[in-house]
Amino acid sequence: MSTTPVLVVENIHKSFGKVEILKGASFAVNKGETKVIIGPSGAGKSTLLKCINQLVIPDRGRVFLNGEEVLHSHSQINRFRQKIGMVFQNFYLFDHITALENVEIALLKVKKMKRAEAREKALEELNRVGMGDKVHLYPAELSGGQAQRVSIARALAMDPEVILFDEPTSALDPELTGEVLEVMRDLAKEGMTMVVVTHEMGFASSVADEVLFMEEGRFLESGPPSQIFFHPREERTKKFLSRISELYGELNKNG
Amino acid sequence: MDSLLFIHNELFPELWKGWMVTLKLVALSIPFGLLTGILIAIGRVYGNRLISSLCRLYVIFFKGCPLLLLLFVIYFGLPSLGIAFSPFVASVLGFVLCNGAYTSEYIRGAIQSVKTGQMIAAQALGMTKWQAVFYIILPQAFRRALPGVGNEMIYLIKYSSLAYMLTCVELTGAGKIVAARSFRFMETFAVVGIIYLFMVSIATKILQWAEKKLSYPG
Repeated sequence: MSTTPVLVVENIHKSFGKVEILKGASFAVNKGETKVIIGPSGAGKSTLLKCINQLVIPDRGRVFLNGEEVLHSHSQINRFRQKIGMVFQNFYLFDHITALENVEIALLKVKKMKRAEAREKALEELNRVGMGDKVHLYPAELSGGQAQRVSIARALAMDPEVILFDEPTSALDPELTGEVLEVMRDLAKEGMTMVVVTHEMGFASSVADEVLFMEEGRFLESGPPSQIFFHPREERTKKFLSRISELYGELNKNG
Repeated sequence: MDSLLFIHNELFPELWKGWMVTLKLVALSIPFGLLTGILIAIGRVYGNRLISSLCRLYVIFFKGCPLLLLLFVIYFGLPSLGIAFSPFVASVLGFVLCNGAYTSEYIRGAIQSVKTGQMIAAQALGMTKWQAVFYIILPQAFRRALPGVGNEMIYLIKYSSLAYMLTCVELTGAGKIVAARSFRFMETFAVVGIIYLFMVSIATKILQWAEKKLSYPG
């Protein structure tokens, strides 16, 4: 199949002051693929995700969505952002409105949907993430896992071409990560295109089509999970994985 | 008995007229003061460098200027530049300018206290900066600013008595006139004071109700 990838990230550079965070990061994602980005903190993973939808404007490099270059000009960027979902480590749900309104608000204000239509769509997505019975609760009334599922529903409601997950379970208690990872697993199965920055190696090894190891602002190595996790080429990747497995437990080959 | 007759027959009809003027002053100054405060706060936080500096100058100027002096400048000073207002309009203008400056400070502080993630999430969904400000940031900021903003509204009810210095006969002015005519200073000013207390109590109740109405968990 030689279709254009959904997302192409090309040679992204970004410095904050004198510190060069991204030094030419490139990757591409085909429709329905899940790519997992791993790497030590400070490697530039979060910044790279933010460069994709221009929340951080790259110094150099280009991003293409379905073959069309993502430009950060005012007139263009909001059109692209609607098609690029984003899920944050700290959820960033809107604190002053209910779960349902959190999912609805962009449908009403950005997509200009009719109220009834937006409500139906929001309820559908909340049911999809298993939050159908808590739609009238405010963010402060939700557990971390529930809040993150609402934020996934909020991203899904926009019918995005791709969803970027920025360490979606890192702020959660270990016992709550499961419910979020399960939702993400289901999305991957249903063919959602996803880019996931995570330290959850179990999730990566069972869901990812490709794992990319990032260090110091560029990708050091990439490949299918079985290769990266069990036969990494680079010494740095090995070291990183051995440190991570101390935290998150040994992986076994059965996933 | 004599006092009650005085209050009923002489004082109340006069005070009533003044009271209505006070209510009109307040009813006009509060909404316009609030609007000014919101606009100045937005200009300071989200405006470009020019707008932001202009808004900052506004606040420095009107926060630094004694209200009575400001009222004198508007009512007695501006006519020499060919701009003349009635005592009532001059008073409202002074109150709005002053109240707007203080209110804007509460709202600016509240806007800046909303976590940056709220704006980031809104923009990631495709909202423009201004959509994010109006639908996400301001509703949260307003809730947090309300106790302070409400206090400014209560002050306004009381400093509306300064309008009397521009010959606008409001509640305090009406009291002063009756007292000077009848020499019944204590009774008169006691009643005037009770009316202010009554207005402030009602305003406090309304603000409490608004705070409850606008509150959300967390």
